[in-house]
Order: sequence, then structure tokens, then C-alpha cells
Amino acid sequence: MEKYETHEHDVLVIGAGGAGLRATIEAAHQGVSVGLVCKSLLGKAHTVMAEGGVAAALAHVDPQDGWETHFRDTMKGGSFLNHWRMAQIHAQESPDRVRELEHWGALFDRTQDGRILQRAFGGHTWKRLAHVGDRTGLEMIRTLQDQVVHLGVPVYMECTITRLFTEGGRIAGAMAYWRESGRFVVFRAKAVVIATGGVGKSYKVTSNSWEYSGDGQTLAYEAGAELIDLEFVQFHPTGMVWPPGVMGLLVTEGVRGEGGILRNAKGERFMWKYLPEARRHEYAVDEDEARRWVEAAVENRQTDDKRPPELSTRDNVARAIYTEVREGRGTPHGGAYLDISYLPAERVQRKLPSMYHQFMELADVDITQQPMEVGPTMHYMMGGIRVDPDTASSTVPGLYAAGEAAAGLHGANRLGGNSLSDLLVFGRRAGLSAAQYAKALASNPRLDEREIEREAGETLAPFERTSGESPYDVHRDLQTCMDRHVGIFRVQEDLELGLKTLATLKERARKVRVEGTRLYNPGWHLARDLANMITVSEGITRGALLRKESRGAHSRLDHPSMDPALGKVNFCVSRAGEEMKVAATPLPEMPAELRYLFEMAKEKVG
Amino acid sequence: MTQTMVESRPGTATAQAPAGEGQARSREAVLRVFRGDASGGSEVEYRVPVAPGMVVLDAIHWIQAHRAPDLAVRWNCKAAKCGSCSAEVNGKPSLMCKTRLDHFAQDRTISVRPMKTFPIIKDLVTDVSWNYEVNKRIPPFKPRPGADWRWQQSDVDRVQEFRKCIECFLCQDVCHVLRTHELKHQFAGPRFFVRIAGLEMHPMDGEDRSGFLKDHAGIGLCNITKCCTEVCPESITITDNAIIPLKERVVDRFYDPLRMVWRKLTGR
Repeated sequence: MEKYETHEHDVLVIGAGGAGLRATIEAAHQGVSVGLVCKSLLGKAHTVMAEGGVAAALAHVDPQDGWETHFRDTMKGGSFLNHWRMAQIHAQESPDRVRELEHWGALFDRTQDGRILQRAFGGHTWKRLAHVGDRTGLEMIRTLQDQVVHLGVPVYMECTITRLFTEGGRIAGAMAYWRESGRFVVFRAKAVVIATGGVGKSYKVTSNSWEYSGDGQTLAYEAGAELIDLEFVQFHPTGMVWPPGVMGLLVTEGVRGEGGILRNAKGERFMWKYLPEARRHEYAVDEDEARRWVEAAVENRQTDDKRPPELSTRDNVARAIYTEVREGRGTPHGGAYLDISYLPAERVQRKLPSMYHQFMELADVDITQQPMEVGPTMHYMMGGIRVDPDTASSTVPGLYAAGEAAAGLHGANRLGGNSLSDLLVFGRRAGLSAAQYAKALASNPRLDEREIEREAGETLAPFERTSGESPYDVHRDLQTCMDRHVGIFRVQEDLELGLKTLATLKERARKVRVEGTRLYNPGWHLARDLANMITVSEGITRGALLRKESRGAHSRLDHPSMDPALGKVNFCVSRAGEEMKVAATPLPEMPAELRYLFEMAKEKVG
Repeated sequence: MTQTMVESRPGTATAQAPAGEGQARSREAVLRVFRGDASGGSEVEYRVPVAPGMVVLDAIHWIQAHRAPDLAVRWNCKAAKCGSCSAEVNGKPSLMCKTRLDHFAQDRTISVRPMKTFPIIKDLVTDVSWNYEVNKRIPPFKPRPGADWRWQQSDVDRVQEFRKCIECFLCQDVCHVLRTHELKHQFAGPRFFVRIAGLEMHPMDGEDRSGFLKDHAGIGLCNITKCCTEVCPESITITDNAIIPLKERVVDRFYDPLRMVWRKLTGR
């Protein structure tokens, strides 16, 4: 085969968003050799898009807050399908991770006494999100990026990993190509950390960029790792719905955190109708109380008033908007109105600057004067690679995962703000464990030259074909299939049809043809990413078929309530030859001392 | 409500109903996109159907999906937050994701070319790695020893302007020190003066970067034509708020006559 370059590292981190950067920093601190690979340029990963803030029980604004409440909120938000230990570690460690970020130079908005300010978000009992306007992700990624740069870690930018290699069941390295030149690269590595994000690009209406094609989940799956909870796909309730080119673009939950009100076309504030009975007591009883809560938040003072109903969890708000539209009460472009214009224009522009510009420039809407039109958009995957809560290790020795690519923390639904803290907490743990594993490994795993050759051949195959479809056509049909059959509300027949369609799409993807040369060729890159999207989409659909209940973000119209028996299992996807195997595996049981936290608060577990 | 806004705006596709031919057909935009690599290339014309609110990046994606699957372009967020899709649209350095087609006259061809200041890789993609090399040399954030980690919102607001930079490198592209005079080896460029301003004005930072600014970043080469400020998609007042104050720091530190005498006397 053609010549290829080889690099050797103790730890190879794939993905340079928050989780990958944090893992890189920690591994480098352990004194091992680390390499960081990313598909885009450094600093462009999806973390940069995160707007609202990072959840951490610092208790700067609401002194009643603490890790116990954050833990309870996360478990309740996830309908108790979360791994309790991950939720516990996350709630306990995120304050330290935020403070650490500040000491590395991140600047957060301040309280009057000069400490990190925190804002309200859906499902969080107290004001908990450290933020800087609506640009929190940008501040985070620049801070982490700067640490990585000054640690001298080599960053392989615009480089796509296509396969992980194992030797005797443990990680041995990875194969990649440079997107620029199309040439191959082989990495020898003792440990690999996957931090590649989600699979948004399987859907047409999504807030995710082209990079989110389920690469990490697929790499892990093909290397023999287990994936869990894939059926839980988060539809963010507020994406832009107009104009068509920006459909799905995120409108931060910060708008609701700052007091944004949702109304339907008839002017009705509909969210009260959709509050789950079990949670109703956590919200304002009427418009007056909701308004008093917002006034207190604006004036930065404590209040006994409860939060507005718009701050319900994302799964619930997304279903509410979808239902309003379906029942004929949608706005002209098929969404709901989200209104923040009743607050002083100066405050809106200061607290939500990028939202202000986004609507002004892309939709001709001045959000200080008019309501926005919003609707659900595919945003996040709760499911992913099964990891050990303490070490972030997958079921394959030497393979670690963190961030959106990993599963367990968020259960059936993620609370806003919990993913930025997830990146920091478990990114650090993944980097630490991977470094320790690599240090303890006596011998370097070997790579098999035949496997490298086979992988190169497979990657180049679309150039060899003289006939075949364009990968863009197959991708478009995949998105239509997932939007239509595996969307926000699901039924058996749709899911079965989806699965059937996915089987044909898989065949079609195997036969796509690409034009042009290997030099920076997006059609070729898509051909490769497509296979990953289809694999993860199949996992989502299979999980959704088996989960005959509605829980968190997974809503089955034909099984509208929760099934307590299904609340005790995760659906686990693994590879059995060429087939995808799905099995129910028992959910680890919460220990008594943590159950006690719910009993204290007179809350039901499960 | 949205409709009123749209109609009040000149040149908006949905509002205008131009009389005469073409009215019955859906609107088309004509784009001339640079196709080529380091060995050369030329503009190729593509006709693209236009939907309301469409941006140049949408048109590029349409071309990829229907006409030229190997058309190279960088993009990520499509929301002007990541700074990936920089190009020169009708000669103006712009983010393609926020340049709307309805801002151009209907009969005008829209030219889309890669940034000129950086070596071309292919089509609209250029080699921006030089920027990452410059960034590595900037002295990082160093907290003042014994600092109390409390500060006011006004301290955050002051420095936020510099920290909102999305690294699209359009300011680097337009800067004549880099674009015309090709002084990349002597001059860091506006992006990195913004970066340094964000560090220097951080309320906890204790590092002194004036020596770096003078000797390595070449801040003296900037003659404040403000081209960078004009193209910044984040509306950062680069020249007035970042570069000029940094120039003043360098002058105060190295060229203030009283300080020069003081340094001679004390040896500091």
C-alpha cells in the first residue's frame, strides 16, 4: 500500500471540544505523551456553540444549593435512568471544575459581591448556571484550548479517525486520514479517549454541525464496546423555525432562564397545561408569581416565588410546543412564540447578545421588540458509550469516553447546563484514567499491517466505483427517515418502517461513489461519516422499538406512560459479527444513603 | 409581525415582486465560485435556487449536494459563532453563514473566493495554520500572585469585547500589513492584538506583554487604517479599543522620556 505517516502516543484523544480538551490537559499533567485529533480546526468544536452556562452548585446566588440538590435534579430530570454514581460524581465535582477554569483565565459574569454569577435553567431547583452572557461555550473552549497549546501537546487538526485497532482485545491505535491531503495517518497508542460528541447530522432539523456524525460511538462499537440508552435523543425545545436556511439553529434556554415566555398563536401561555403533576408544585401558580420571580432575578435578589413554567425540563417543553403546533395553534412558520421583549431592551442585549444578533441578522427579528418563533430541534444524545463512572473506561481495555459520546450521566433526559459540567468532570477523569492505564501497561500493543491495509482500501473504495449514488443523496434520505420515523413522538409502525429504511440506506451507503481527488474532498468525507451516522441511527431506532414506554425524551404515542419494569434496565447495543445486538441490562441500584436524599425531600424515586 | 419587518427592508426576496419576466419562476442566484488549488484555478458559475433568508453558505451547500460534491469549504456552526466559513464575497471578507443572498441585487452575480492572505489549499479552503503558530508564542494568562478572585461585572464587560472573538481571521485577511506587504514573520495581526488585549485587561492577569508586542508582535507596523474593524463579524472595535491602547502601553513602557531616564538611573 501507499506510504503513510505514523505517530506514537501513550494517550490519543479524539475530539477537541470541552471533553477532549479537558482530557488532554489531565493526561498531559500525568506526564504521558498525548496527541489530540480533531476533524475541524482547533477551537471550532460544538462546545463553542454552548450558550446558556455550566451547571455547578456553587451556591453563590441561591445559598440553599448544594451537590445533593444538583444530584436530585439531575436524577429527576433523567427519569431515574441515570447511573446514580455518575450523577453523584458530577454534582460533587463540577464546582471545583468551574473554579479551576476560572483560575485558568475564564471570565464569568459576576454577582454584586464579585463572585461567579449563576442563572436559572430548566429543571434546576436553584440558580445554578455559571455563564458569561450567552457565550459561555466560547469562553470555555478558548480557556481550555490555551491550556493545551501551552502544554505543548501536538494537535492533529482536520484529521478524521476511521478505525480503532485492538490487539488481544485491548486498544492498540487508530487509523486516520488528513482531510486536507487525503493521505493516511496511523497512530500507535496505548489508550484512546473518545470525545467526539453526538450524531445530530442524522436528523435534518438539528442544532448540530456536520461534525456530529456518531463517529466515536461507531468507532467504539466496532472495537467491541457497549453502547447504552441510544433511544434517548434530546430535542431542544427552542430552535429557530424561520427562515428555512436556519431552521433548527439553537435559541438558548438562557432566554427562558432570563424570563422568556412561551405563547401559542392564540396568545395563550400554554406551559402550565403541560407541567407533570408530580412537578407542578415546583413552578409558579400563575402569571403574577412568574412575573415576580423574573423581577427578583433581574434585580438579583432572593425570592420565595417559584419559577415560571417555561423552565420545565427540555423533553417536556419540546413536547408541549410540538403538540401546540400539531393541534393547530402554531405560529405562521410552525412554531411557538418565545417572548423576552417585555424586559428592558438594554438587559436583553446585555444578557443575550448573540441571540439578539442571530435573530436580527438571520431572521429580521428584533427580539427586544418582538417575539421569536421557535420549535424543537435535535440537539443532543443522552445515550452513547457505556462507561465506568469513576474511570470513564468503556468495556474495551484502554478505551475511554467522555462528554456527549459517553452515556449514563443524563439518563432519559439531560438538564440544560449539565453537559458543560459533564465535559469538565468526566473529561478530566477520562484523561486521568487513560494516562494511568498507559503508564501501567508493560508492553506496547502491536498493530497489524494487514488491518491497516484493509482499512485504507475500504476508505478509498468510493473512488474506485464507476457507478453509484452521491453520498449527499443518501444523507438527505437518512435525515428524512430519522425526522419522520424516529422523531420526537414515536410509534411501533413508524419505528419498524424506519428500521427497514435504515437497512436499505446502509446498503446504499456501501455503494456510494465520490468524484474528484483526495484533496480536501467533502463528498468523500461525507461518504465515510455516513456509515457512522447510519450505525448510530440503527441503534437509536432499535432501542426506541424495545422501550415500550414513555420516559424522559423518549415518547411513545402507543405506550404513553412509564413502565416501572423498564425503569430498571438500559438497552445495550453491541456488535455480534455483522449484526447489531440489543439486550436489556440491569440499571445499577442507588445506595440507601442517596435514596435518603429523596426521602428527606419527600420525593419519589423512580 | 415578522412580515412587517421583512417588507420594510429593501431588496428582500419575499417582499419584492418585480414586474416583468422571471416573476413566475422561483428566483435563482448566480454564484461564481473559485475552484482550484495551489496550482491555479478559476471561477465557475453555478445557478442556485433561492429560498427566503438564504445565506451564501446555504448556496455553497446546495452546489455541493447537486453540482459539485467535491467543492471544498470549511463550516461548522452556521450561526456566526465558530468563525469557520470565512471567504471573500464580492471582494469583501465575510462569514458566508451570515451573508444573505437577498442583500445583493437580484441581477448581480455573486463572486465567492477564498481569503487571499493565506495560501490556498483548495476552492474556498485556505491554510490558516500560521495563525495557530502566532498564538502559541503569546505569553499566556498568569494570575497575579496573592490575587483576591473577586471582581466586578464592569471588569467583565470591559474585556468581554475582546473575548468574544470567534477567530474567523477575516481581520487578518484584510490587514494590508499581512495581505499586501506579507509581513507575517514580523507582525502578529489584528486577531492577536485582540487576543492580547483580552489577556492584558483580564482583571486577574499579572503578565506584562509589552516587550512581546514591540519586538515579536510588531505592533508598530499597524498604521491604524481600521480595515480590520470594518470586517469584524463580531463588531469588535479592534483598532480603537485593542490596538491603540496596546500601542500606548508599548510607548509608555519603552519610549516615555521620564521613564527612560529613570531606567538608566536605577538600572530597571
